[in-house]
Amino acid sequence: MSKPKVAFYWCAACGGCEESVVDLAEDILGVIGAVDIVMWPVAMDFKRKDIEAMEDGSITATLLNGAIRTSEQEEMARLLRKKSQVMIAYGACAQSGGIPAFANQFAREQIMKYVYEDSPTTVNPEKTRPQTHFEENGRSVELPEFRNVVRSLDQVVDVDYYIPGCAPSPKVLKAALEALLSGKLPPKGTVLSPDTATCQDCSRLESKPQDLSVKEYRRVHQLKLDPEKCFLAQGVACMGPGTRGGCEAACPKGNMPCTGCYGPTSKVIDHGAKLMSSLTSILEAKEEAAIDTALKGIPDPIGTFYRYGMSKCLLRRKVNL
Amino acid sequence: MNHNDSKPQAPWEPRILAIFCNWCTYTAADLAGVSRMQYAHNVRIVRVMCSGRVDPQFVLDAFARGADGVLIGGCHPGDCHYIEGNYKALRRSEMLKRMLSDMGIEDKRYRLEWISAAEGDKVQRVINEMTADVKALGPLNLPGRFKDWDKEIAELEHALNGKGGECCSHAKEVSR
Repeated sequence: MSKPKVAFYWCAACGGCEESVVDLAEDILGVIGAVDIVMWPVAMDFKRKDIEAMEDGSITATLLNGAIRTSEQEEMARLLRKKSQVMIAYGACAQSGGIPAFANQFAREQIMKYVYEDSPTTVNPEKTRPQTHFEENGRSVELPEFRNVVRSLDQVVDVDYYIPGCAPSPKVLKAALEALLSGKLPPKGTVLSPDTATCQDCSRLESKPQDLSVKEYRRVHQLKLDPEKCFLAQGVACMGPGTRGGCEAACPKGNMPCTGCYGPTSKVIDHGAKLMSSLTSILEAKEEAAIDTALKGIPDPIGTFYRYGMSKCLLRRKVNL
Repeated sequence: MNHNDSKPQAPWEPRILAIFCNWCTYTAADLAGVSRMQYAHNVRIVRVMCSGRVDPQFVLDAFARGADGVLIGGCHPGDCHYIEGNYKALRRSEMLKRMLSDMGIEDKRYRLEWISAAEGDKVQRVINEMTADVKALGPLNLPGRFKDWDKEIAELEHALNGKGGECCSHAKEVSR
């Protein structure tokens, strides 16, 4: 019997998710032994036409990382979806837009103008912009369309499972691959990571007061962080209470507060709104002016609460662009 | 219902979701009702036990589903039936206002008001004011905007289907 086929693909991503596959370390040998990798642009030389030549549904699973911004990414996502039995959104960007989805706060024209004209390192007196179609000497070149909106994978194609994280931890990936290869898969739509808050994995949980009350939020550079005490008890915005576990509280272990990359638990629809609700309601202040002062340490609500989830914000994008 | 197409469409009227707490503002709305005070018909009132129960998700969801404005009513500071609930509402609200403005939603589309059970007239005034404010801003129409944004996706799907001549159906049916 032939081995199950697995494809890895990347879209609007930083490459960290690819790195996380390599982070499997010696376990990667087991993976390579158990499956045939049919596509992995970062590491192997398979082309789009190889995938196109395959029969529909002949890939057991595709692990796709990165958000969807261009028409090319969208086409590849559709192609891989058609050829795969299981489509897995791998990492925060594929799951909910991730860092690239911050661009949903800006119009396409603003982005193009800055990148090709206004940025301090750009020299472009003729204001040349990339075109989707270009002809010279009878040859034509096509470039992908740059979409108006950064989308999560499931806003473009049907997604079966999600592996969260920026980047996913090797442990979460390994567990997911084992479930996939053994055929013991949970119901469609499941996020393949424990459905508990990051606080549950955090060694600082003991020091989290029962009736938590925050005088004012301060940014991490504004105080000396206690390496053992709950960040919220120190008045530092930590996304742990509203964020899914699975990372084993890696950031608090490194003395940095959780930033929310594992996304929401299954009970939450809008991760950012829930985090906002959780972190602001525990303030001490009772009057508008005092509340505003206490919230000064969170100067950018979108960047703090929607750091990995702008595409999945119920509003999806700045609405008046 | 009038199904006659030749008649001009009814002019746009804002739709405002009002979430009122059981103990103060909802009772005040009741008072406004039994006192026969008239107020704009544009609000749809939902009763919750406490303004502290209002999750910012509710507000975003209301906008995403087509509300043009969201009004939250709770007890005056110090009067909360659950002692602290309205303070939680206020704290969330301060951050939510900043977030909404960052997302391009005008300030006047969202409002938090303290209205005691005795202030039927305040319910009337606040609803009328807010309806006028939102009317002046015009429709928010997020469902329509979402549809517009997703046209670019439909276009590619259409182009691919035209080219390959096959449906972009997903491989769901393939046995696992």
